[in-house]
Amino acid sequence: MIVTMTLGDWLALLTHFLSLSLLSIGGAITTAPDMHRYLVDQRHWLSDAQFTSSIALAQAAPGPNVLFIALLGWNIGMNAGGNHWPYAALGVLLAMIGILVPSTTLTFAAARWGHQNRELRAVRAFKQGMAPIVIALLIATGWILASSQGSTIKSWPLWLLTAVTALLVWRTRIHMLWLLAAGGLLGWFGWI
Amino acid sequence: MPASPRPQPQSVADLFWSFTRLALQGFGGVLAIVQHEMVEKKQWLTREEFIEDWAVAQILPGPNVVNLSLMIGDRYFGLRGALAALAGMLTFPLLIVLALAAIFAGISDSGGVAGALRGMGAVAAGLIAATGLKLAGALQKNVMGTLLCWLLAALTFIAIAVLRVPLVWVLLTIGGAACIWAYRQLGRYRVLGGDS
Repeated sequence: MIVTMTLGDWLALLTHFLSLSLLSIGGAITTAPDMHRYLVDQRHWLSDAQFTSSIALAQAAPGPNVLFIALLGWNIGMNAGGNHWPYAALGVLLAMIGILVPSTTLTFAAARWGHQNRELRAVRAFKQGMAPIVIALLIATGWILASSQGSTIKSWPLWLLTAVTALLVWRTRIHMLWLLAAGGLLGWFGWI
Repeated sequence: MPASPRPQPQSVADLFWSFTRLALQGFGGVLAIVQHEMVEKKQWLTREEFIEDWAVAQILPGPNVVNLSLMIGDRYFGLRGALAALAGMLTFPLLIVLALAAIFAGISDSGGVAGALRGMGAVAAGLIAATGLKLAGALQKNVMGTLLCWLLAALTFIAIAVLRVPLVWVLLTIGGAACIWAYRQLGRYRVLGGDS
């Protein structure tokens, strides 16, 4: 895929991510639908397949899932620069700066204020009140990830693997990397 | 309580490498590893502190684990610590994911790789759910009482996992009500002298 990008387009790419940063409550992935609308449907800087595989790869690779943004930037740069990596690097840089700078600046300031005022009744109430919700959100995230592997009768081995993993990690001290390796092998040989 | 010295990061470099190490173990999301390393292994945070910080990291915009690393780094070494933790969380994983993108550009659809990704995805889902289950024990100390906590948790789970309500609405409604109730309860404790 080859696209032509002017200086203004690169700037628009940066602005797009800057504007989504402060909306990304719950993680950058919550703004993925809007990124798809803009980058794929409207500007045609990325193919559908490139968009989807960026998310899948970032989730499978080690590190925070926000790195799918870096992959989007990489692919856009590759498309625009005729597969020359300096363009891809520029895409990564603009995308990551855009998505991270506003939200991390806000977090830095707000968290610092919260920590300095941690004895305030309102701050303590916020933390106590949010605790059960935050815990439920974690379990719900696990549930949603498991659901994305399908709910047909054929996907029961995957659900079983998810449930066994949850139980082992909750109740034993087994190292998570062993479980990931086991999951990878089971999938590689087509047993699940 | 006797003041035993609490484990904490030794230097900015220690922060950087600690977060690098845990980021590189985080396949399919880093949170499960952060909890395991910070609370159970290094013990920089107690279970209660972790939940509190996670609540803040979750409600603010941006990637949650990135927010969390920033907050932990800032607490020990200020801005330098925040940047070191952030850099540790992102630098090597970024290089790896770009390398993988270059390598897997052609073969990500092949049977073996797709299967392995599927299997690891199923494990990653279990890891995150287990993190929530492990932290749930901390609710016994919550000022709102265990029963109400479980009720709030159940409501949140149904809203997010079953009804797929957008996160913002869940935080505003269930979260807002819980915070108001906790505020009330904290006031009552103070009156009764039961606040420690």
